[in-house]
Amino acid sequence: MIFKRSASEINAGSMADIAFLLLIFFLVTTTMDVDAGITRKLPPFEEALVPQANTLHKRNIFTVLVNADNQLLVEGDYLELKDLRTKAKAFISNNGDGSCTYCLNAAGLSSSSDNPQKAVISLQNDRATDYKTYISVQNELVAAYNELRAELGQARFGRKLGDLNAQEMNELKAAFPQVISEAEPVGL
Amino acid sequence: MSKFKKKTGGGTPAISTASLPDIVFMLLFFFMVTTVMREVTLKVKNEKPFATEIKKLERKSLVTYIYVGKPTKTYEAQLGSEPVLQLDDAIARVNEIRNFVITKREEINEAERPLMTVSIKADENVKMGLITDIKQELRKANSLKINYSTRKGEVFEDRR
Repeated sequence: MIFKRSASEINAGSMADIAFLLLIFFLVTTTMDVDAGITRKLPPFEEALVPQANTLHKRNIFTVLVNADNQLLVEGDYLELKDLRTKAKAFISNNGDGSCTYCLNAAGLSSSSDNPQKAVISLQNDRATDYKTYISVQNELVAAYNELRAELGQARFGRKLGDLNAQEMNELKAAFPQVISEAEPVGL
Repeated sequence: MSKFKKKTGGGTPAISTASLPDIVFMLLFFFMVTTVMREVTLKVKNEKPFATEIKKLERKSLVTYIYVGKPTKTYEAQLGSEPVLQLDDAIARVNEIRNFVITKREEINEAERPLMTVSIKADENVKMGLITDIKQELRKANSLKINYSTRKGEVFEDRR
């Protein structure tokens, strides 16, 4: 009698158990959160505070103060956080000296910025301000710039921000340069 | 003898589990692709604030993390309830940041050092005083690229 050698079937019943084990291992050791956030660049550290010659004209500075109770004082007036974006946009695209040819619905007020290149947003907060509020304020200010860029991108290239190439994006960034200056916190 | 066999068991036939490993493997691959390895054990509460205008951090190897928040329940007895900061696996003081950042920078390839980003992962209930101190230390360490880590979501949405 000849033994017919045939490969006997491997029992695959425990395959599921092995896979489950691996699955549970990965579930436990990994996290799902993606690293994303608001990117900022800090100014270099100076040992002694050098008094800087203030070359900026007052009308070109948009001051945002946040106090310990998380309230906003924007350009000397109390403001709700949800109105900050509109106000910042109006300030940046004010076009006071008429040199900004692409500013849409520019108000041209004499108390607001000359042109987007000169416009500076100055942010100052209290040491007791909540981090949450601070991030919200930062977010609204960045959103103001992004909205202006998106509007210009739509008018100039007819596309959304995400669909633009690097060169077009740089053009928009040059049109609305983002200048947010942060002062050291003081008691407000 | 009847032509048809009488069914003996009567109950439902066993469901084939042959495709079970395939299903589980599919799940496994999904999780392997979408998640990242946890690097540190968090000792502080870390509920990040919400923001919409966020940028994704691309190069993981160039990012250093600073966690800020109140100690979790397990460490409350040991560390108190005031917000503290965590560097890697250890709770640290603010003045330790400078050395930490410099050490981390040394580990990076020299050509890429200027691209190093410090990601501040702070809890939303932390006060700005601590964050300002951290920023001041980072300026002293000449590590100027920072990222306030946030979650994606509307700022004004009421989440309670």
